[in-house]
Formats: sequence, C-alpha cells, structure tokens
Amino acid sequence: MDASQARRDYSLTGPEGKKARERGLAAAEWYATPIPRKRLKELMKRKNGPAIRDTILWLALLAGAGVLAYFSWGTWWALPAFFVYGILYTSPGDSRWHECGHGTAFKTPWMNEAVYQFASFLVLRPATPWRWSHARHHTDTYVVGRDPEIHQPRPPVWRRILIQFAHLVGGPRDIRRMFLHAFGRMDKEEKEYIPETEYRKAFWESRVYLLVFAFVIASCVYASSLLPAMFVVLPTFYGAVLMVVFGMTQHLGLHEDVLDHRLNTRTVYMNRAFRFLYWNMNYHIEHHMFPMVPYHALPQLHEEMKADCPKPNRSTWDAFSEVIRALLKQRKDRNYTIRRELPPTARPYQYGPKPRSPEAPGEQPTTA
Amino acid sequence: MDENWVAACAADDIEEEDVIRFDHDGRSFAIYRSADGDYYATDGFCTHEKVHLSEGLVMGPVVECPKHNGRFDYTTGKAIRRPACADLRTYAVKVESGSVYVRIQGEPA
Repeated sequence: MDASQARRDYSLTGPEGKKARERGLAAAEWYATPIPRKRLKELMKRKNGPAIRDTILWLALLAGAGVLAYFSWGTWWALPAFFVYGILYTSPGDSRWHECGHGTAFKTPWMNEAVYQFASFLVLRPATPWRWSHARHHTDTYVVGRDPEIHQPRPPVWRRILIQFAHLVGGPRDIRRMFLHAFGRMDKEEKEYIPETEYRKAFWESRVYLLVFAFVIASCVYASSLLPAMFVVLPTFYGAVLMVVFGMTQHLGLHEDVLDHRLNTRTVYMNRAFRFLYWNMNYHIEHHMFPMVPYHALPQLHEEMKADCPKPNRSTWDAFSEVIRALLKQRKDRNYTIRRELPPTARPYQYGPKPRSPEAPGEQPTTA
Repeated sequence: MDENWVAACAADDIEEEDVIRFDHDGRSFAIYRSADGDYYATDGFCTHEKVHLSEGLVMGPVVECPKHNGRFDYTTGKAIRRPACADLRTYAVKVESGSVYVRIQGEPA
C-alpha cells in the first residue's frame, strides 16, 4: 500500500499528537481575517434579548410538539409527531449546548450556564467533559491526534456514519463514559484534555445524569409503557438526524492539519428555520475564527469577512451532498480534499505555522 | 520615579471598557481602561493557552479570552470562567501627565 494511504491513528493517545506538536500544529497561532478593533467590539457585544426570545420560542415549540406527540401515542400519527418532537429536542439542544458552552448566547452568565446544563443533558453531553473537549476542538481544529471532535477519520467508516444518524456512535460512547465517571474514573482520551481539578465535577454530573436515567426507566416500568422515555433521553437518538446533517457540514471533506479555518471549515447559507434550529452555526468559518462573536451577530460578521473567505455553500443540501461526494472519494484516496478557491480580495491561505504575509512570493490561492 | 514604573501608553490610547497590548523587555501585558475610566494591568496572555487578551472582549470588570471564552476579573486577576483556571498576575498602574505607567515587578509568568 502507498504509505500516504496508510490509515492514521486519530486517537489522542496515539503517535499523531506527538507528530502534530513536532510540526508546530498544536496550540498554534491560527490565521484571522483582519477586522478593525472598533468593528469587532461592536460584533462581540453581548445582549440577552435575542437568546431569551429564541429560548422561549424553542421551549414553546418543544412543549407544543410534546403535547401533540402525547395525544398521538397509540396511533400512526405518533410517527411524524415524535419525529418533530425529536428534531426540536435534539437540534436546538445541540446548538444551544454549543453557544451557551461558549458563554456567548446571553449577556448574563447564569442564563448561559442554565441553558448549557439543560441542553447538555438533552444531547447527552455531560457539561464539564464536553466543555473541555470543545475547547480543545477550538485550539486544534481537525488536527489529527489533537482534536477529540473529528467526526470521521480518513478513509471514513461508513457503518459509523450511518448509525450516527441515530446517535449510535456518540451516544453509547458518552453513556459508557458516564458509567466510568460515576465510579470516579476518567477515560484515557479525556485525560488528554480535561485537567484533574475538573474531574470531581465531571464525576458528579454523570451521577446526576444516571439518576435521571434511572428515574425515566422506573417511570416506564411503572407506566408499563415506553412513553416517558420517548419524551426524555430517547429523543436524543431518534431525533438526531438533522443534528448530524448539520454537524457533518462543518468540517468534513476539507483539510486536516492546517492552521487556517478557511481551509478546514465550511460556511453554508441556510434557510431561516434551519438557522433558528442551528443558531447560526452555519456561519462556521466565522464562528471558529472569532468565537467571541455571539450567534446573533454572525450574519454581520460574515458580511465583514466574506471578501476574505471562499464562497459559502449555497444550501444545506449543497453542503451535505458535497460532503458525501468527498467521503466517497476518500474511500479510495484518503488524501482527497475539497479545495476551494479564494476570491481575488482574499489574503492567501495559511497552511502551516508561519507568519501571515500577504506579499510573500509564491503563495497562491488554491483552486477547486 | 521608581525604576520599576514603565511608561506603557498614552491614557487616551485606550477607549473606555477596552484593552490594549503592551510589550516590554520580552514580556507582554494587557492594559485596561474600565467603564469608569480607571486603568488596570495584567499579564497579557490568557493562563489557559497562549492567546493575547488584548484581542478579547471587555465587559465591565471582566475580560474574555478571544479563543475559548475563558474570563478573568482584570481588577483582581481572578479566573472566573472555564477554561481559565489559573489567575492572571496583576500590576499596579498609575496615570501621570496623560500617560499610563505600569509597575513591572516579579519574574515573568
């Protein structure tokens, strides 16, 4: 086999992490589009209004869908009703987990924390371990051996892609870790990015989650019905499809081991309904480059940056189908990467750890 | 003047509720001007990872790191939001004749 096609070890405990450090890719300085400080301060400004409005609307929709689902139980209408409930439980659960984990959704800290803890439970991502996992993802986005949130290795494992649409990769892994944590132990991989001073919090969070699971199971037994679990815990699995589609458009098919988010992250134009569910995380290059800009200001940040970025995908379908085509090509050629042209107004891509130098000779934008 | 006092910038170089970077003798600092017009100084790099706080967001007495949203009270240096765990070192500041001076003491962090 050609050496460049050999499968790499994506774990954080394998040799790739050391290679990444040796290449200067770990905790490195990333490219950032120049934006005047005054404008960036305007974009970073926090407020409570949009997030309060969106949270009330989300919970009202979830409650309404829940009522419809409850009354449809026992009929065929339960299928679409619970599908809608599951989508409203999981997709916004994921995006609220994400934004509130950054602390940027609300201006008031306790509001961020309250929604973060709630959403963490909905998507079965215990708050403390995932806070640290996501910090590492932002430090070393898609650096192999460093990023714990790389969705798929190269070449992709199709069985995992398919079952993940029902959250059957991430879900069982996190439940296994909850049991480990409940017994006061930490997974080997988690030890790579969670400081020891945070272990105790992680242990107690998992114990609380498992108590809630026990309560839900007990409720099902008492009611002689699956219905309680259909409202709490199981929606994370049966309602995961849109969350997974959105997640797959973020980075898949693009570069690994680079230090420029324009190379390894995707911005996608989405319709308003999707943007409500996803809380504007479709502006994903913008978010990774400037994680202090709250979700409600990402469209304006996009306008500031777009002259320096590749053209966004024109729709969710456009992005998702591009990802699938790339993953299919990676079956035969694990080095296949989507290459996106920069507009003439953009600064050149920064592939590795070197100073930004727009005048540097020989630096050309890549072509598709 | 005590030789540890170093001229950092003009007082008007920093807007209210903002922060700028100041480098001196191989060390880097963040100089803040609060909403009330008071000045403060801390080590420049976030204690979580080497990201400069001068690119972050100042909200009241708090500075947020631009990379991972860790937060510090810059008036005391205390880390108040994960992933910031270790406190920032703070430095005495004074304003004289329209200039901001920082008293740089102790070993670099």
